Amino acid sequence: MENRPLEYDYTVAKMFMLTTVLLGIVGMLVGVILAWELAFPAVNTIAGQGVAEYTNFSRLRPLHTDAVIFGFTVSGVFATWYYVGQRVLKVSMAESKFLMALGKLHFALYLLVVVAVVGSLLLGITTSKEYAEFEWPIDIAIVVVWVIWGLQIFGLIGIRREKSLYISVWYYIATFLGIAMLYLFNNMEIPTYFASGGIGAWYHSVSMYSGTNDALVQWWYGHNAVAFGFTVPIVAMIYYFLPKESGQAVYSYKLSLLAFWGLMFVYLWAGGHHLLFSTVPDWMQTMGSVFSVVLILPSWGSAINMLLTMKGEWQQVAASPLIKFMILASTFYMFSTLEGPIQAIKSVNALAHFTDWIVGHVHDGVLGWVAFMIMASLFHMAPRVFKREIYSKSLMNTQFWIQTLGVVLYFTSMWIAGITQGMMWRAHDEFGNLAYSFIDTVTVLHPYYTIRAVGGTLYLVGMFLFAYNMYKTMTSGRRVEESELQNASPMGA
Amino acid sequence: MDIATFQAYGYFFFTAFLVVVLYSYVYHLYSAQKKGTRDYEKYGNIALHDEITDQPIEEISKNDEIKK
Repeated sequence: MENRPLEYDYTVAKMFMLTTVLLGIVGMLVGVILAWELAFPAVNTIAGQGVAEYTNFSRLRPLHTDAVIFGFTVSGVFATWYYVGQRVLKVSMAESKFLMALGKLHFALYLLVVVAVVGSLLLGITTSKEYAEFEWPIDIAIVVVWVIWGLQIFGLIGIRREKSLYISVWYYIATFLGIAMLYLFNNMEIPTYFASGGIGAWYHSVSMYSGTNDALVQWWYGHNAVAFGFTVPIVAMIYYFLPKESGQAVYSYKLSLLAFWGLMFVYLWAGGHHLLFSTVPDWMQTMGSVFSVVLILPSWGSAINMLLTMKGEWQQVAASPLIKFMILASTFYMFSTLEGPIQAIKSVNALAHFTDWIVGHVHDGVLGWVAFMIMASLFHMAPRVFKREIYSKSLMNTQFWIQTLGVVLYFTSMWIAGITQGMMWRAHDEFGNLAYSFIDTVTVLHPYYTIRAVGGTLYLVGMFLFAYNMYKTMTSGRRVEESELQNASPMGA
Repeated sequence: MDIATFQAYGYFFFTAFLVVVLYSYVYHLYSAQKKGTRDYEKYGNIALHDEITDQPIEEISKNDEIKK
């Protein structure tokens, strides 16, 4: 043992890879059920009236969003951190028993939280704050999990060999700090049982804020959850995995630093765009709009940097499905960071707010950018952590095209549905009477809801192909030598 | 001047200050590279040469002056 050369230890990375795949399937499966429920309401009770409480839209919806955000995405962030962190800091987890034990504890506690979240949401136990539905005992457990991750990050940085922190590490640190701050402030809550001297259930709580203040804190949190959950760590991934897989150093390291600070500076102020035309002060609404538009610059700074990294190497996009996933992800990042600011302009928002266009925007971002990038990262990691080649390149290609079609069907149907909806809601005759009732819009939107459900189902099929390919890679892919793992990942036919 | 006006001015000037800081940072990055004080672009190689046996791009040592 003593003479064995030092190697990176991917034990914890593998654990989180497993939850990324599993919770991805759970989150997207629930999403697909919800999409079919919206198109065909009878699906709400498809499993029978007796369990309708657990299968209806309102009970499942938080489970979908939370499984995708805190399950799939956060697992992906942890999995990639435990891989990328060691490599760019040039230090192995095997070098510190403490960090290794901490990593395993991190995973064990994370699993407990997942069970608690799924259980409580299915039972309908919720604080009713969007993306912050968990009651106080779970919140405390989440804080513990997060702090352990922080110890892990800074612990690894503390024993590193590489003096400079690679740009991805900056983004992982920002994810840690950003979410910590947002989560703590938005989840400040008063346990009602203890505050009232024994009334109600012990686990219930109410927000410490009320009215407009609550809305402001909620959307400062809600939008920045997108920032520090769906953007910052995913940018961390692409800055490592695209250069590594393509063998091309990032096009401009200086631009990556600049885009980083730009993003940090601008993003935190943009959340006000969720509250346009509401009771929050007008200047805050304007500030939310303005900062959202400015946000195009740092977002495109990173995305263009990634596309330019492929300069002179574009044949790789055609040759490698893994590069395809990453380039499409980066393109969808550009696309959704242009779409978001457009929606945040007050006059556009007057039409778009509360419509399906917003839902479409979230999904072209999450399906096209976040999920594509996480899957690409796992595909790149698989041969390195399992020492086997990716089981099937053609399956990867199939998955890529099925899911791309799925995303396109999803966002195009939601664009049309959203704009139609917005136009119909505001239409009126010369006396100011509304031209349509709500049910008129529902009837018109039905075909688009069906198309959305088909798009989502295609994406889920791709997710199953992904899981199968990963499983086969782990169990029966050809064994590879270290020399095959330099840049482009080895793939079987 | 009431508190709201004071806040508004404070907010505006603070934002302007941060913009100046950001642009100074851009200037610093590009001028440092041009003058040769620091080569930022070499850090891009950290991702490419990331085997545990690879020589770090900038090694941590007790004496940072010694570079191989």
